[in-house]
Amino acid sequence: MMFVPGNNPGMMADAHIYGPDSIMLDLEDSVTMAEKDAARLLVHNALKSIDFGGTEMVVRINPLNTPYGKKDVEAVVKAGVDVIRMPKTETADEVRELEAEIVKVETELGCVGRTLIMAAIESALGVVNAYEIATASKRMMGIALGAEDYSANLKTQRTPGGAELLLARESIVVAARAAGIACFDTVYSNLDDMETFRKEVELIKTLGFDGKSIINPRQIEVVNEVFAPSQKDIDKALRIIAAIKEAQAKGSGVIAVNGKMVDRPVVIRAERTVALAIASGILDKEEAL
Amino acid sequence: MRHTKVVTLEEAILKSGLKDGMTISFHHHFRGGDKVVNLVVAKLAEMGFKNLHLAASSLSDVHAPLIDHIKSGVITKISTSGLRGELANEISHGLMKEPVVFRSHGGRGSAIASGELHIDVAFLGASSCDELGNASGCPRSENAKSICGSLGYALPDAKYADHVVVLTDDLVAYPNVPKSISACDVESVVVVDSVGDSSKISSGAIRDSKNPRDILLAKQAAKVIINSGYFKEGFSIQTGTGGASLAAVKYIRESMIEKGIHASFALGGITAHMVKLHEEGLIGRLIDVQSFDKVAAESIAKDQLHQEVSAVEYASADHVGSAVHALDIVILSALEVDVDFNVNVLVGSDGIIRGAIGGHPDTAEDSALSIIVCPLLRGRIPCVVPKVTTLITPGKGVDVVVTEYGIAVNPARPEIAERLKAAGLKVVDIHDLAAKARSIIGEPDALPFGDKVVGIVMDRHGKVLDEIHNIVD
Amino acid sequence: MEIKNAVAGTLESGDIMVQIAPGEGLQVELQSSVAAQFGRQIKAVITETLQGLGIDNASVKATDKGALDCTIRARVTAAAVRATGKDVWKD
Repeated sequence: MMFVPGNNPGMMADAHIYGPDSIMLDLEDSVTMAEKDAARLLVHNALKSIDFGGTEMVVRINPLNTPYGKKDVEAVVKAGVDVIRMPKTETADEVRELEAEIVKVETELGCVGRTLIMAAIESALGVVNAYEIATASKRMMGIALGAEDYSANLKTQRTPGGAELLLARESIVVAARAAGIACFDTVYSNLDDMETFRKEVELIKTLGFDGKSIINPRQIEVVNEVFAPSQKDIDKALRIIAAIKEAQAKGSGVIAVNGKMVDRPVVIRAERTVALAIASGILDKEEAL
Repeated sequence: MRHTKVVTLEEAILKSGLKDGMTISFHHHFRGGDKVVNLVVAKLAEMGFKNLHLAASSLSDVHAPLIDHIKSGVITKISTSGLRGELANEISHGLMKEPVVFRSHGGRGSAIASGELHIDVAFLGASSCDELGNASGCPRSENAKSICGSLGYALPDAKYADHVVVLTDDLVAYPNVPKSISACDVESVVVVDSVGDSSKISSGAIRDSKNPRDILLAKQAAKVIINSGYFKEGFSIQTGTGGASLAAVKYIRESMIEKGIHASFALGGITAHMVKLHEEGLIGRLIDVQSFDKVAAESIAKDQLHQEVSAVEYASADHVGSAVHALDIVILSALEVDVDFNVNVLVGSDGIIRGAIGGHPDTAEDSALSIIVCPLLRGRIPCVVPKVTTLITPGKGVDVVVTEYGIAVNPARPEIAERLKAAGLKVVDIHDLAAKARSIIGEPDALPFGDKVVGIVMDRHGKVLDEIHNIVD
Repeated sequence: MEIKNAVAGTLESGDIMVQIAPGEGLQVELQSSVAAQFGRQIKAVITETLQGLGIDNASVKATDKGALDCTIRARVTAAAVRATGKDVWKD
């Protein structure tokens, strides 16, 4: 998920050519108060007109308790955004409040249920309430960690090893898995230190995250490389999926590969491996089918 | 010294026998820092010459003072590889009665060698020169101040002009060897305060582009090369100086190390990147017609395997011994590419001349694989278009076009398309790229060209390829 | 509709800066690096956007750095909202 400032038209028009899985246009922290109105219009018009090549489009709105939040919701829902990212989420009630705002606009447009929600958790309270937040709405597609505000809230600061974030990261992964939704890690801002960035991506992959937030196209390759499954894993996954198809064709409920029974978790992991391989550009979509 | 050719500029001009209507020539190795053209033409104006033909290997922003000399009739004809800045703008608006003749570097070399472009007096700037005229682009004393390395574009002028004047800001003791220009070809030596502004001649160290689009294009170009079928032990390569071209060298280097592949030579304008690969043992020889930066200029001064070539030896179509005939891979840029793979590197999308042909058509035609790297759009300016504004490099010499929206392969090279597809690269129809550009920016209005011909583009074989018309505001 | 002086947009590549001032009829003065090929279209987008917002009297000065139509629409609307004090979104 690549962050793009919402008041920079040049960067917005270009963002998708670098192949991020999703683009997050930002109306919050990267836009000054004086430019909130202009950025909102820019994001609205960009979403309506620019062909982002099928990339999932996310907009980070301002909190609903600011003068900007509700207008942001109206502007981006009317422009057909895929996902609204809610900043600084601390309680399930806040999510329900956002959902109500979305429903209001969607009702007017006649498209109720179109817009999904992602909640950014950026405080100790948010981490404690992670599961409630994750299950507050059926529109909730994922939760994400926002580490800058979170570490400030903890009265600490970010370190290269990320020890201060460990509990938050684990809590978010556990809450997301329990709720059956996705989870995304925070950004890493030092563009010149690709080594530390790679280590952080390796760490969060091990922790179970589905993806990483990035601030520059140069970081995409590292994320894709770390998250890319090995050729051995892909071959194995393809064999399992072929076996499923064969079993379905025969009408058999039992799936076997190389004479061994395949359990449900193995099937899920195989499907996930193939999806990742396609997303990482290693596997052709047609090849997988 | 019993003999000396050192005279003042005025004496050199008088001695040359220059007359109104004759052809004078210059090289562009001092690039944006050149002081020779303006200095000499100002002196010629002062001495009352009229109606001269100025034949330069290229001209740039710094040559805006020529506008006044054109208006006053000192210069009435120009031949060059390129024009930029205010001079280009004025000429595009119809400043000159006679059209400017544009040739590629190889085309200019051929035309000089064949006599089609006859030079009466060549005024050639040099970084160092002795009293008899042995001249070089390399520093030979503590006083050297304007260093350019190779003098490749000046060599045909030195060899074929009727009369040769070398201008230098560092007169050194005889013999100034190794030399680029031989004393036997030189009639006069003129010592001046400065032949060039060193800060504008070349940049210092390697600067890697951090522009993400350049990096994306560079990675794609490198993947094209690596999977083209031409990336094998002993291959040869030439790159341009654009951000994407330079960055591509970085990724090719990684692959060369990984696969244990070495290049036999790198050709053309030599950059710090190429010098680095050469010093690491990845490129055997550097064949240098123009040293693009300080690192390249320093390398050619000290390294036997880094050799200067003349424009003729570099890229002449008439001489089958020229280096482009042995070139495997070239990476080039473009202002515009059209659906027939024709390329324009000279005239901007506003109809105003803003570039140089350089060695583009020479290398594209004679290399085994030519790759154009350009973004689909520069702001709202499309780079892949239905038809180029001005034809510079015919599409039959262009094999692959790399953009951020996909890679187009000339239908004449289906085997390359197959190899790239097999490597998982996104190969698209060039018509789709042009359509994609249109869908983003809309349909541009036709440019307001007038009826006057302000430029003639010659192909590298000496035939007229295209005409450039004046632009009307 | 009463109009005050207002401005929106930047001079960065891909953007357009739009200045609106009171005027008689719609007058658009455009400076653009792509004027030769797109000047006519850019002016048309500016005029249509203003008319769509019910503004028929204004003097507009636009400095374009290769903005796409959607950006021009957004910047003109932002300048108009600031000039009239009337937002396009609900409160």
